[in-house]
Amino acid sequence: MTDDDYVFKALADPTRRLLLDRLFERDGRTLTELESQLEMTRFGVMKHLRVLEDAGLVVTRKSGREKLHFLNPVPIRLIHDRWIDKYTEHRVSALAELKTQLEEKTA
Amino acid sequence: MSTMTATTTQVYSIFIKATPEAIWDAITQPQFTEQYFYGVRVEIADGRRISHGPDGSLWGNEEVVEEDPPRKLVHEWLSQWDPEMAAEPASRVTWEIQPGDDGVSQLTVVHDKLDASPKTAAGVAGGWMRVLSGLKTLLETGSPLA
Repeated sequence: MTDDDYVFKALADPTRRLLLDRLFERDGRTLTELESQLEMTRFGVMKHLRVLEDAGLVVTRKSGREKLHFLNPVPIRLIHDRWIDKYTEHRVSALAELKTQLEEKTA
Repeated sequence: MSTMTATTTQVYSIFIKATPEAIWDAITQPQFTEQYFYGVRVEIADGRRISHGPDGSLWGNEEVVEEDPPRKLVHEWLSQWDPEMAAEPASRVTWEIQPGDDGVSQLTVVHDKLDASPKTAAGVAGGWMRVLSGLKTLLETGSPLA
């Protein structure tokens, strides 16, 4: 699998997207904090966090005895650059062309 | 990220197909940084991190707290290009380079000690993503981001 594959796979699950949203609201949370907001076993949450970590979407840092989870927005930015910018740019230029054609007709 | 979500510790991580040494050079030598760091020429020398803007003027002179090539670089951070941010207390930036499989290294940037510097925290959030994305492109393709 490529880097993109891991990111898309990680994002293709509602629980994992929810975890990312929780970290977006407040970063640097422990497993216990994240677990308390989900109706899921600790093991289940750990598994999802593991997939997010493998995709680089979550990065963990030690702080004293605690392991804190941080949202890493960089892979999403790279997906955006690769998969969204390209197509929206095309769409915009297609619309611009349509506008030019229509306006030429009415001129 | 928006102001609302800016937190006192920000973590950014990226996988780059390059050796730790190549990444180290790219973050500590001006001929590389000017190609992805908003045109800024950054130099690590004598325990200082000196940066010059695209116009050649001095943009920063921050203390290097830890230097362990090619694995770890820690320095103070002041956003000198903006007077309001520059007036806030210095924060801290940690670069960590971890070698991995297949010649792919992981670069992690941690920007912390931002508790008393909310404007800086909000101001740098989008910037780090652009810097890291540009650094990856430069090292993997040899050319800067368009």
